[in-house]
Amino acid sequence: MIARLLSHDLPRSRVLAVLLVLIVLGLAVAPLVFPGTKALNVAAKVLVFIVLVASFDLLLGYTGIVSFAHTMFFGIGAYGIAIASTQLGPGWGALAVGVAAALAASLLLSLLIGLFGLRVKAIFFAMITLAVASAFLTLASQLSEWTGGEDGLSFRLPEALADRRASYWLLFACATLLVLAMLRIVNSPFGRVLQAIRENEFRAEAIGYRTVVYRTLGNVLSALFATLAGCLLALWLRYNGPDTSLSFEIMLDVLLIVVIGGMGTVYGAVVGSLLFVLAQSYLQDLMKLAAPAVDGVPLLSTLISPERWLLWLGVLFVLSVYHFPNGIVGRLRAMKTSQSAHHIKKETSP
Amino acid sequence: MSATLPRTRFDVVPLALVPALALAAWPLVGTSSTWLTLTVAGLAMGMIVFIVASGLTLVFGLMDVLNFGHGVFIAFGAFIATSVLGGLADWTGADSLWLNLAALLPAMLAAMALAAAVGWAFERVLVRPVYGQHLKQILITMGGMIIGEELIKAIWGPALVPLSLPAALRGVLALGDASVEKFRLLATGLGALVLVAMLYLLNRTKLGLLVRAGVQDREMVESLGYPIRRLFVGVFVAGSALAGLGGALWALYQQGVVPQIGAQLNVLIFIVIIIGGLGSTLGCLAGALLVGLLANYTGFLWPKLALFSNIGLMVLVLLWRPRGLYPVTSR
Repeated sequence: MIARLLSHDLPRSRVLAVLLVLIVLGLAVAPLVFPGTKALNVAAKVLVFIVLVASFDLLLGYTGIVSFAHTMFFGIGAYGIAIASTQLGPGWGALAVGVAAALAASLLLSLLIGLFGLRVKAIFFAMITLAVASAFLTLASQLSEWTGGEDGLSFRLPEALADRRASYWLLFACATLLVLAMLRIVNSPFGRVLQAIRENEFRAEAIGYRTVVYRTLGNVLSALFATLAGCLLALWLRYNGPDTSLSFEIMLDVLLIVVIGGMGTVYGAVVGSLLFVLAQSYLQDLMKLAAPAVDGVPLLSTLISPERWLLWLGVLFVLSVYHFPNGIVGRLRAMKTSQSAHHIKKETSP
Repeated sequence: MSATLPRTRFDVVPLALVPALALAAWPLVGTSSTWLTLTVAGLAMGMIVFIVASGLTLVFGLMDVLNFGHGVFIAFGAFIATSVLGGLADWTGADSLWLNLAALLPAMLAAMALAAAVGWAFERVLVRPVYGQHLKQILITMGGMIIGEELIKAIWGPALVPLSLPAALRGVLALGDASVEKFRLLATGLGALVLVAMLYLLNRTKLGLLVRAGVQDREMVESLGYPIRRLFVGVFVAGSALAGLGGALWALYQQGVVPQIGAQLNVLIFIVIIIGGLGSTLGCLAGALLVGLLANYTGFLWPKLALFSNIGLMVLVLLWRPRGLYPVTSR
């Protein structure tokens, strides 16, 4: 049953399995266990990031494409809900219209970008998406009649979602479904073809797969999931602006999480997002506590000041690209196989 | 027997686009004086962008490495120049052109030196282990960018650092009816100087010959016994130094500098080198000038559209020549 839910892509490491169960349980009961608005906000942000990062993993980890336009689709989702709710008034109809319109817009845009951009080399695609994303960010802040410009939009949702706990659990359910759906996709025959293209595009083409079609489809799927993640964000915050969903900082955060968590393993998104968002929300407090200890040392105190935590994350990112290309998840899995190899050796040695 | 190599015909169309664009804008702008002001502003911006982007495009052409962290060198150059100029406030405030220039020179040299040092370390530590792996290159250099930006924030603080132009370079110069900002003239001149030096180096020296040959066919140059790796490090460091110089000029152009300057300019220089054709110096020049001019003309004629002029230009160019204005043959 669980194996089927997870599409037979099990964690394959005891530590990872325990960790995942703890995370899922923790997120499920978060509103009951952790009191306070901040804790609930952090938990909701973790959920949204899990979906967003997993959708980026679909692109980067499974298809081997680097795109910097991923937050654009995230933003489209968030703006879809925000604009529909402001223009049509709060209601379930407005939400449905918003989600549908956002999905349609993302579908069209990602298809266009894919068809034009994916014919060329990876580096070209990365640069073009960077340019497109920055143009979209400008567009969103310029169309202020619709998007509220730099100030963004605050809006109201249907009455049923007024209760924070209820909307949190709705978020939880949606996020779980979406992650399971993505697991299903990457473990389908289609997902295998994507991985084959990532490993050796020439050979995949030689076997007879039309790589452009598959890569474009991968791009579109990942964009659609990112859009849904954006919808979830808007549902939770009841606000959306350029900085909350479109900014380049979020794109970098997503990149950091995917690589540190583990590329090409949807579970990496879960573990990575939790660690990242927790660090972002609480590590700075912890570092503030440690700050007085190094107060006297001039350079050191600025380097490990709470505002500079991204510096250390960047270092960790570079190290993980070099040394653990499969991130935390890959590390945990490798630990398990080396242990069992050791085990077998011990058994067969006498 | 005097066998001459068959000469390929030089393709002038992309370079001719630059004056064509300027002439096409003339009737639209209307008055000649405004047109002249805009054109000089556009050329200045284009020249600065060219200085910044030329190193990046050569590095890509030579070693097939695309450096997403190129913006860090720009930012370091800009900040160090700001610091040096801040320290020489007596000279920059003085009402003498020579004292002002005497302050600018060490600022620019310091910017170039520091950016070169950062570039050298960047190549050594980050880029060297990932040659030939595009995906990792993008990720690693992006990581380098994050680290560099955070280091800058740690050293100079996260806020905007204002920078005022040296006294003699403030204000405008009247050319007939047109008024041209003095600093922009200086930037254009400096850009032209860099361009001439670069063209001389690339086209008239053996070093340049090797670099150009390496861009065309790296393995052939290597098999003839030239140390392409060392050549590449040299180009990388020189490109970083140029980025530092460009950063210093950009900081003066904007009269202030923020730590995010690298990430902001990255988008612009990527657009420029895509327009020009990855790896092509001449294409980079044409692309930079087109972007600079178009940004200034549209900024005057249709301010809202100006924000999208770069990307519109890129789309048009790619529709016309999918591999950029001057496609480099081997890629």
